[in-house]
Amino acid sequence: MDRLFELGPEFWTAAGETLYMVAFTLLIGGAMGLVLGIVLYATRAGGLLASRVVFTVLNVVINFFRPIPFIIFIAVAQPFARLVIGTGIGNDALIFTLSIASSFAIARIVEQNLVTVSPGVVEAAKAMGAGPFRILRTVVIPEALGPLILGYTFVLVAIVDMTAVAGYIGGGGLGNFALVYGYRQFEPAATWAAVLLIILLVQVVQFLGNWLARKVMRR
Amino acid sequence: MALVSLTDVTKSYPPADRSGAPVVAVDAVSLDIEPGDVYGIIGYSGAGKSTLVRLINALEPATSGSITFDGRELTAMPERELRGVRLGIGMIFQQFNLFTSKTVWKNVAYPLTVAGWTKSEIRLRVDEMLEFVGLTDKANSYPEQLSGGQKQRVGIARALATSPRLLLADEATSALDPETTQEVLALLKRVNREFGVTIVVITHEMDVIQSIATKVAVMDGGRVIENGDVFDVFSDPQNASSQRFVSTVVKGVPSPAELAVLRERHEGRIVTLSFRDGDASQASVFVDLATAGIEFELVYGGINDIQGRAFGHLTLAVRGEGAAIDAALAKIGERIDVTEVA
Repeated sequence: MDRLFELGPEFWTAAGETLYMVAFTLLIGGAMGLVLGIVLYATRAGGLLASRVVFTVLNVVINFFRPIPFIIFIAVAQPFARLVIGTGIGNDALIFTLSIASSFAIARIVEQNLVTVSPGVVEAAKAMGAGPFRILRTVVIPEALGPLILGYTFVLVAIVDMTAVAGYIGGGGLGNFALVYGYRQFEPAATWAAVLLIILLVQVVQFLGNWLARKVMRR
Repeated sequence: MALVSLTDVTKSYPPADRSGAPVVAVDAVSLDIEPGDVYGIIGYSGAGKSTLVRLINALEPATSGSITFDGRELTAMPERELRGVRLGIGMIFQQFNLFTSKTVWKNVAYPLTVAGWTKSEIRLRVDEMLEFVGLTDKANSYPEQLSGGQKQRVGIARALATSPRLLLADEATSALDPETTQEVLALLKRVNREFGVTIVVITHEMDVIQSIATKVAVMDGGRVIENGDVFDVFSDPQNASSQRFVSTVVKGVPSPAELAVLRERHEGRIVTLSFRDGDASQASVFVDLATAGIEFELVYGGINDIQGRAFGHLTLAVRGEGAAIDAALAKIGERIDVTEVA
């Protein structure tokens, strides 16, 4: 336990790194996933911008990457991270990898939520002379906003999980902290401290997500 | 000139599987809708009514044939231009299709934003429309806080915000209870009268047609099997499907089964007198029977009022001397249709 107090500064640095990775991954991966999800929704058969080619290609690409276990994906994506970020290890390289991996998952979640928007409402907007991009922006996304927020909350929790895994391959954060100081140095207290903080983080995120979704959905 | 003109319009969908035949939803339909009409289109579900109405605002492209709105051919028009046309055509739906994430006020404002109106113009117009449908106090409510009738009134305000010349109503009252249905129909009548908006009403309920339509087309299997003035179709439906629809609201000629029951209950001869607007009045007919010393009893039927014109079928059981009855019926038969049914 004394050792844990000694590790205090490292612990809080690790917590900061986790938040840093999670925040940027959510920002970048979230934005890319949103775009991909909207493209999937819009190009599907009978969609606002139906295109069999675009949909099929994107669908296959996403299905290709999604099943790759994240820990392996980090290794696969490392050369690309080096190309784009300039380095294959460290938090910034991991944000790159995390963003790519999460964007595919987010794309599916966004697609699933947009599909639940009543086709009748979309038709009503069409009948009023609205174009497809306007309908996506002013009807489809607002109508699906509540479920989207819940979807993103779910993803955020998954990203926290992924950053912990990333700690195993050259990343910092609470996962790395638990691994280095807890697991390798036989200090269960360090492991548990990291675990408890992650649980706390997830609870807060989920609570905020639920609250926001309820506020938006008013159903 | 017709506001909407369909000429030989067909809409077919590709077959569900490769070997199947294409599904023909609308089959060689020709129809003219004149400005000011309240044009009812009636048919069972799957008859092609909903597809037909979506051809008029080009939500569905026609497979072949010609569709004009206000003199402009829609079938070859590029999508971008069609959006402009749709601003001049309002549409309301069975499930209302309001934007659940927007307030009543924003729902009504939406088409105006699409049409590019300025903020101050929008504000005036939305307030005006909400007042017209009597929902000024609900401006800041969300759709799920409204009753069905209120939702449809919002739908109507939204559809009419851009002052379209044509309103398409797709089963607009089918999800409402009878009382609310009458309320919404009365509102549509006002829309037609006060704003001169031409209305196309899709329905499977004949009483909707009876309350507001001036013309009607009966659809079956993608085809228009009968159309014309509501009075003509109601008083003298030409084919079996139309007769079935008419019989749901008009108590007309007894069916064979009903006739058998009547036969059992009443002695004497049973005749059906068919009155049409402009024919001899009922009074004169009954006076003739009475003066001939014929005893009669009204056993079936009714008189209907369509657009202020009356028609109906009355079935009588008559008793008396055979020759006197024949003479009286012959005399009446000069003025109205008399059918001896049993």
